[in-house]
Amino acid sequence: MADKTPFDEMYNADGSVREPYRALAEWLAEQPDKALTLMQSDAEAIFRRLGITFAVYGSEEGTEKVIPFDVIPRIISAAEWRRLSKGIDQRVRALNAFLHDIYHRQEILKAGRIPEKLILQNAAFAPEMMGLDPAKGVYAHIIGVDIVRVGPDDFYVLEDNLRTPSGVSYMLEDREAMMMLAPDLFQRTKVAPVENYPENLRRTLESVAPEGSGSSPNIVVLTPGIYNSAYFEHSFLADQMGATLCEGPDLFVDGGKVYMRTTTGPERVHVIYRRIDDDYLDPLTFRPDSMLGVPGLFNAYRAGNVTLVNAPGTGIADDKAVYTYVPEIIEFYLGEKALLQNVPTYNCTDDEQRNWVLENIADLVVKEVHGSGGYGMMVGPTATKAQHQEFRRKIEARPDNYIVQPTLALSTCPTFVNAGIAPRHVDLRPYVLVGDEVRITPGGLTRVALKKGSLVVNSSQGGGTKDTWVLED
Amino acid sequence: MSMLGRTAQNLFWLSRYVERAENMARLLEVGYRMSLTSRREGAVSEHLVSMMQAAEVDEAFASKGKPADVDNVAHFMMFDPTNPSSVYSCLLAARTNARSVRTAITIDMWQSINGAWLEFSQIKPRDVRGAKLLGLLEWVKHLSHQFRGALLGTILRDAGFAFLQAGNFIERADNTARILDMKYYVLLPRVTLVGGDLDIQQWTLILRAASAHRAYRHVYHDRFKAQNIADFLILRPEMPRSLAFCAQHVKQNVEALAQFYGREEASCEAVRQLCAMVENTSMETVFSHGLHEFLTEFMARNYHVSNSLAESYNFY
Repeated sequence: MADKTPFDEMYNADGSVREPYRALAEWLAEQPDKALTLMQSDAEAIFRRLGITFAVYGSEEGTEKVIPFDVIPRIISAAEWRRLSKGIDQRVRALNAFLHDIYHRQEILKAGRIPEKLILQNAAFAPEMMGLDPAKGVYAHIIGVDIVRVGPDDFYVLEDNLRTPSGVSYMLEDREAMMMLAPDLFQRTKVAPVENYPENLRRTLESVAPEGSGSSPNIVVLTPGIYNSAYFEHSFLADQMGATLCEGPDLFVDGGKVYMRTTTGPERVHVIYRRIDDDYLDPLTFRPDSMLGVPGLFNAYRAGNVTLVNAPGTGIADDKAVYTYVPEIIEFYLGEKALLQNVPTYNCTDDEQRNWVLENIADLVVKEVHGSGGYGMMVGPTATKAQHQEFRRKIEARPDNYIVQPTLALSTCPTFVNAGIAPRHVDLRPYVLVGDEVRITPGGLTRVALKKGSLVVNSSQGGGTKDTWVLED
Repeated sequence: MSMLGRTAQNLFWLSRYVERAENMARLLEVGYRMSLTSRREGAVSEHLVSMMQAAEVDEAFASKGKPADVDNVAHFMMFDPTNPSSVYSCLLAARTNARSVRTAITIDMWQSINGAWLEFSQIKPRDVRGAKLLGLLEWVKHLSHQFRGALLGTILRDAGFAFLQAGNFIERADNTARILDMKYYVLLPRVTLVGGDLDIQQWTLILRAASAHRAYRHVYHDRFKAQNIADFLILRPEMPRSLAFCAQHVKQNVEALAQFYGREEASCEAVRQLCAMVENTSMETVFSHGLHEFLTEFMARNYHVSNSLAESYNFY
């Protein structure tokens, strides 16, 4: 797969423009010299002034960077999107059913469809959740599904992010910026709106409030604080949906109920959209050294007095080792064939597969099972010989700690870089909300690897974003 | 939507820090101007030190063991991160507070403070001397005006507004009281009718530090006189940096909070005590009790208002 010329989403091999991109191509052709350069610097100024920044871990403390925004949108046709969203809908329903089962009767393990050890001895499995019934039976309410494309009709799910996926604020702000920068482009085509995401988020959160919360439950966003890399997003979402942005010390538990400290005293909290990891949620239940969480929170949750979004323990369903079983999971709970394909994944604990992997490592992608953000991963074709050797050793030492996949020729989109407009690899993260119903925002966040030939799209590794358009019929 | 006690606290300190940055710039400007016109040996550092006393950072400066010349003092007041009242520290604190309450302030307020911080943090301290220093001081004042404009023009008039305003005027009252206290002895009534050259210079300093040297003429149509200057900065209700004006505005906002929350709090009593000092009184009365004693008491009561707000509204 690695040697093929990657599929370009705008241009066919013969240089003609693919249908969804026709209006964009015309518009680009009309732009005077330097117009894109100007747009690019305007965009950067807009983002910086709005404070849409992220902190890069490991770099100088307090440095905030603006994620590069590419002014050329990525476009998905209505038909393509219908297919994708059906597949996504199927996937998130199955994964929620899986979570409910794993934390109750564990039928899928009893049926031998997934090895018991893989679940019960997995660090992402949360025994505290056993037998607990979250409101409406929903575990993963807010999901970001990472999808890559390798051909006109070939989409693969790279991973399901079921813990606290980030980036949705970029989806919204990219659209906002794009409309400011190129309003005339929007007049020429019909783009599905993304602006109702905050409203849908609010509805989703309200729909999973504990019984008896009344018609307007008190919703808060729980953030680790202003030094967290995604703080901008936390405050943005709280603001957009009219929720209070809290830090751990703003909340406390009394008599099994959660309250926030207001200017007039304690006020009951019903739903917590938490953007801190499971481990830090409650020092009494999880990590005792956590300063970020709220002591007693888990007991209040267990008593059904507050809803945590997402539920603790959802990580068991997006674990990289469990990922390979998702088609199985879909069949088991829904009795349907998976509509979206998984990337073929090699299991290094199997001797035969591991030997094959070690031999062919230069063509493969190796990922740490618990790594994220593009850290702890190696892309064979662009890595050095020394890196190949390093990862061979790592795999041999701990075969269960890595998954290995073929290097996918991610599709490319025209991107405005120093040298002008050039194809760069992209992926796609659509955002899904699960509450009383499944709500999928058309499009999502397109991440683009700005370095020529690079397949790593993570913002911490030099990736940028694009506004993502889903065309309406 | 109810407000977190922490949010109230962040709002209160956000506007205190912006106001403080402005006041630091004003004080430094005065010190710098004085240093340009001083002829007497040693006068420059005396002015600069008394200016730092007014900002209550003189001891911190002394601990650095550096001579009190213009460059050292300007750097200390503008850029030194170890000086908690430097413009740098104030802007950083203001921005940190603003970032914590992004959802409670308007986008215009955020942009003004965030933009200012980004610009300020790009400046290389060693490039800022002479005319550049004055330009930068002007810029700091401008930023404070811009922030206030964004605040007054865009924010809802709810409890958040009252916390912001209370913080702003408590900080300003404190600053004016300090400036007066720094030079209170030149404002005392004297037997001689005309002040000497030295006094005039000192009076100008005081008025400039309060941005009041032009306004003085409008109000008094008179030469600079100690009694008038004290009256102007203490009792004049129309002078926006006078103690009376600030106390009045602190009171307005503290009472607005009580009304908003439908509850009389300890802060209401504290603010009445503050206002009592500058209402229905005269400079004769103030002088007869002692100007320095009066200012010390005023600052203590002002401080008490700040504390009682923290207590009444669950700052933590």
